[in-house]
Amino acid sequence: MAVVEEKPREEQLPTRKKKIAATGSDAAAYAVRDADVDVVAVYPITPQAPIAENIAQMIADGELDAELIHVESEHSAMSAAVAAAATGARSFTATSSQGLELMHEILYIASGLRQPVVMALATRALSAPINIWNDYADAMGMRDTGWIMIFSENVQEVYDNLVQAFRIAEHPDVLLPVVVTLDGYILSHTTEALEPLDREEVLSFAPKRPRGYRPVLDPDHPVTIGVLGAPNWYQEIKVQQALAMRESRRVIEEAGKEFGKRYGREYGFIEPYYMDDAEVAIVTLGATSSLVKAAVNRLREQGVKAGMVKIRVFRPFPAEELAKVLENVNALGVLDRAVSFGGALEGPLAMEVLSTLAVRGVMKPFINFIHGLGGRDIFVKDVVEMYQKLLEAAKSGKSVTRTLFYGVRSRKGHVI
Amino acid sequence: MALTKPIKSLWEIPREERFVGGHAACQGCGAALILRHLMKVVGKDAIVVNATGCMEVISTLFPRTAWRNPWLHLAFENAGAAASGVEAALKALQRKGVLDKNRYIKVVAIAGDGGTFDIGLQSLSGMLERGHDVMYVVYDNEAYMNTGIQRSGATPYGAWTTTTPVGKKFRGEWRPKKDIVGIAYAHRIPYIATANPAYPIDMINKFIKAYNTRGPSLVHVLAPCTPGWRIPESKSIEVAKLAVQTGMWVLLEIENGKPKVTVKVRKRRPVREYLKMQGRFRHLKDEDIKKIQEMVDKYVEEINRWVGEEAIGPVEEK
Ligand SMILES: Cc1ncc(C[n+]2csc(CCOP(=O)(O)OP(=O)(O)O)c2C)c(N)n1
Ligand code: SF4
Ligand SMILES: [Mg+2]
Repeated sequence: MAVVEEKPREEQLPTRKKKIAATGSDAAAYAVRDADVDVVAVYPITPQAPIAENIAQMIADGELDAELIHVESEHSAMSAAVAAAATGARSFTATSSQGLELMHEILYIASGLRQPVVMALATRALSAPINIWNDYADAMGMRDTGWIMIFSENVQEVYDNLVQAFRIAEHPDVLLPVVVTLDGYILSHTTEALEPLDREEVLSFAPKRPRGYRPVLDPDHPVTIGVLGAPNWYQEIKVQQALAMRESRRVIEEAGKEFGKRYGREYGFIEPYYMDDAEVAIVTLGATSSLVKAAVNRLREQGVKAGMVKIRVFRPFPAEELAKVLENVNALGVLDRAVSFGGALEGPLAMEVLSTLAVRGVMKPFINFIHGLGGRDIFVKDVVEMYQKLLEAAKSGKSVTRTLFYGVRSRKGHVI
Repeated sequence: MALTKPIKSLWEIPREERFVGGHAACQGCGAALILRHLMKVVGKDAIVVNATGCMEVISTLFPRTAWRNPWLHLAFENAGAAASGVEAALKALQRKGVLDKNRYIKVVAIAGDGGTFDIGLQSLSGMLERGHDVMYVVYDNEAYMNTGIQRSGATPYGAWTTTTPVGKKFRGEWRPKKDIVGIAYAHRIPYIATANPAYPIDMINKFIKAYNTRGPSLVHVLAPCTPGWRIPESKSIEVAKLAVQTGMWVLLEIENGKPKVTVKVRKRRPVREYLKMQGRFRHLKDEDIKKIQEMVDKYVEEINRWVGEEAIGPVEEK
């Protein structure tokens, strides 16, 4: 199991690299440049647009030798990206929210045809009402599409995750598309310190494999891609896909470890924060984790044994890792930034976490929190309050069966 | 090897089959015949991108395939985008030295009328407008055949389909066929043609020209469909031929914006002869047929004006 230990990162660095100031969108474009992507098919949407613009500028400046397809929609963006991958190109796209929804049909086709497309998703709420700010509704909507899904917490992770994504997607034991998220605005438009790698480094870490290592559209070796699968074969093909997703765990783990060895930043499926002795813990995703970490810090100062688990790889879901790290807590919460309307629990992440534990016989007092929809600010004090609720649950030994919406402007109070 | 020069006789059609038999098309399927000839023209160095529809379904039931060329199918409405992706990838890989720069590989998109006129129109428009080097062939059987003969934007006036049924209030399709050639023309692409399998030399020569165009080209081919048009298996070519002879289908070619009729019809047959052969028009009354005749007369007049000569003559009653 690859779990990132909380150590000051500078100490681990084998060589100090130059840091630059970059937004998440810059970082995504740098990763595309450094991975020498061949085909980019993008359609602009807020807050993904700067990624597309940066890539266009890099191509215009001759820094990246790629074909940029100015597609007329995201449906076509994904279609062209899949087709380019099927032709043997390293192919990339990026989107957000409504754009991802328009791609939806082709998301399944990308994974069903085992095409290693890499996508950056600047997470954003879904209409209606139309809203351009951050939450994870778009990402959660693609959880069953067969994509490997990696969430980033900061700008550096956007870059590192994308570099790893090319290696994972194109690995012959995987051959699945990979999406890397960056929280809309919170990461896509926020400047942080970024330490990019040399291009040669990236291409040695995520090498372009020789043509023909996987079947591609090639007149000398004609293959039929996109067949009709009748009931006598469809199931076998889909089970193979499920097995490839399972197999990808090993490749993802190796990639995260080797990245650490080479560049001093090791990545695992999850990142536990103060979990060694945590009595109460919250599980969350993406840049929201930084906020939860701040709440943990505050509680720790007060002597409360709070912890947090950030899920980095959401697909394949890190069930074993999660069950192990949560084994000893007295109460557990999940902070969702998306709603599964009418669901058994209304937070999609909560349903995943709970079934992970239940099937392993790990039962904890549990609360599902939903906050931060459509860019609603989550304050550290809100998260502290969630931990207090968890402390009560730990004491009483009882779960809160109803999902709690936090930070709501309502006459009944801010928790619904 | 792809054909580069126009052919003059049927004997010049390559013997080699690249869209091979054993597929599941109906007997007398016009579309399958079109594809067979198309593939003979384009030869080995072509990558085919196929939209969902009859031709995709009948040719690739796993684990068999009728295609001896590299072939890709993604979905119904995205042949244009998928072809763009293949073409862009070839370009990038050739430029970067992964693929041989000196070997010309053509991208050929194939889609039905539904996948072109209706749900795939946006994707096609994007492909044409961006100038991708793709040869796009639309086989037009004038309805969504794969899903059971529902009307499309290409269904002609008066035709019965399962969604334009014949009843007491409505009697078949009540809107005229969409003008896909006009739409392609508005994109100012270098080559557009209409073709018909009853005129194989004309059709093949148009495929050759489209293949040898650098940039987007579109060939719109009439594809008789035996169950959809309610015609006997042995009659598809006869019906297709009448479509040209009645002026319902004009064999056109628009090279760099200049239109031309490639098969002139000095004396037209009345549309009645075309309509009467097909079960989908069986319900039409005399006044309906008269109306269709008037629509075709008007269309022929427009074409003649466009090409600047009387390429299609008046109707000659027997
Ligand atoms: C998004 C989507 N909508 C609907 C369908 C169902 N569908 C499959 S083929 C088809 C009709 C195809 O018609 P056309 O393009 O004319 O080709 P034909 O079957 O006539 O050869 C339809 C409606 C689909 N596959 N995908
Ligand atoms: S339904 Fe029509 S188009 Fe489809 S295979 Fe049969 S004849 Fe051909
Ligand atoms: Mg059709």
